[in-house]
Amino acid sequence: MEFFFEVLLGGLLAGVMYSLVAIGFVLIYKASGVFNFAQGSMVLFAALTFVSLLERGIPFWLTFGITMLTMVVLAWAIERFMLRKLVNRPPITLFMATLGLSYMIEGLAQAVWGAQVHGLELGISDEPLELGGMLLSQFDIFAAGVAGVLVIFLSWLFNKTRTGISLRAVADDQLAALAVGIKLQRIWLIVWAVAGFVGLVAGLLWGARLGVQFSLSLVVLKALPVLIIGGFTSIGGAIVGGLIIGASEKLAEVFIGPIIGGGIENWFPYVLALVFLLVRPAGIFGERAIERV
Amino acid sequence: MTAPLLQLDNIEVIYDKVILAVRNISLKVAPGSIVALLGANGAGKSTTLKAISGLANAERGEVVDGRIYYLNRDITSASPHSLVELGLVQVLEGRHCFAHLSVEENLLTGGYVRHRSRARLTESLEKIYHYFPRLKLLRRNQAGYTSGGEQQMVAIGRALMAEPKLVLLDEPSMGLAPLVVEEIFEIVHTLNRQQGVSFLLAEQNASIALKYADVGYIIESGRVAAEGTTADLKNRSDLQALYLGLEAA
Repeated sequence: MEFFFEVLLGGLLAGVMYSLVAIGFVLIYKASGVFNFAQGSMVLFAALTFVSLLERGIPFWLTFGITMLTMVVLAWAIERFMLRKLVNRPPITLFMATLGLSYMIEGLAQAVWGAQVHGLELGISDEPLELGGMLLSQFDIFAAGVAGVLVIFLSWLFNKTRTGISLRAVADDQLAALAVGIKLQRIWLIVWAVAGFVGLVAGLLWGARLGVQFSLSLVVLKALPVLIIGGFTSIGGAIVGGLIIGASEKLAEVFIGPIIGGGIENWFPYVLALVFLLVRPAGIFGERAIERV
Repeated sequence: MTAPLLQLDNIEVIYDKVILAVRNISLKVAPGSIVALLGANGAGKSTTLKAISGLANAERGEVVDGRIYYLNRDITSASPHSLVELGLVQVLEGRHCFAHLSVEENLLTGGYVRHRSRARLTESLEKIYHYFPRLKLLRRNQAGYTSGGEQQMVAIGRALMAEPKLVLLDEPSMGLAPLVVEEIFEIVHTLNRQQGVSFLLAEQNASIALKYADVGYIIESGRVAAEGTTADLKNRSDLQALYLGLEAA
């Protein structure tokens, strides 16, 4: 039984790492109704910029500041040269644009920083910690703490501030948002900058875990089932979805794996997502389209 | 003769560089008045309003000829944001509430441009609840789940949060029961008399519009087909059957 809980808790903590990536998607989906395919590239770009600057001997916090500034500049460029031209176009147009954007950001990262793998040391020990007889990763606990702070900050931003309410207004109805005088350009810049910030945080944690390399942009593939289960519009949903994915894939690997031959971890989340799509397409916390008759 | 609040001189509007939506429209709105644009579906009423508010640009429309003046300024290519700052706000056809926001959050968005301080925003909100007491009861409800009439009130209330001098009101009666339409127009009337807010409204329901407006313009195929005080328009027998859908007296 103790072993079961150890696997469960380990899975939940690993799931938080998926949630961190998923939150970036939720932000942009909420504000522009589009699945930002480039989120993974942003994670990679942020991590790569960070680690390359750090390797040049710049202090940690200064590096963090410079990288964040770079993400804001990137957000500005995306708004100025892409989003502004695509106001009121169908979502599929925007989606295709983010697909292209994804390759441009990856290419840019490669051109500037090169293609080699970097190790990233955040100074958090990954020694297992014993808690009530269970062994848990210190690093995972730290990541969970970071995610918690991030979620509190983002819910405050969305529900209590002018920027947040304007942002949700833009998500609901762009034309009406324009009509009340909301500046779409400003809102988009803020959302993409915040998504860049979340990408940076996710990139650092994932980078410390896996090394900073180009496969980092593939963590988006793990975020997809998280979003389907949690819902594309809810930050809380991204957290819960991440926990469900993390816990279920680990439990499946350990307890069902031996029966049918292992390697379940890699595809189990997608099966789970498929089940959710059949039963509850908007996800657990997703906003369903309001339709009145 | 006081200077008009809003003046359109021979404007022509084209969508997507090819679709001619408004051929030639000139009109004036005097301060403190209610002006009605009447005409059939597709006559160019909505486009005229969107050309004024700057929203036509977001839908790839463009004023290619003529000028628009508001408060003696040329606003022909002004952004919606800058017009809201000057007190000119549009209420869109079909209400366009923010469905997932609460009624109160909907109203708040309307006040952000004009009110920097939280106190002013709250004050403005109380004023809206005074004119629309029902919205106060619904303040925590998601706007998407309120009735059509309530959504129209939210949309108008949201525009009023900007403390406008001129509200462009597009088809306020659309899809609403006659009693609710009457209620909406009564509130417009009260706001006009008590707060001095001017209204330029586009309306297919000519009888109700003529009842409340001071001046009317009849639009046909992107042109002004007739204009005059509402009393004059009601008495012109040639217009009644053709445009106004009223029974000949």
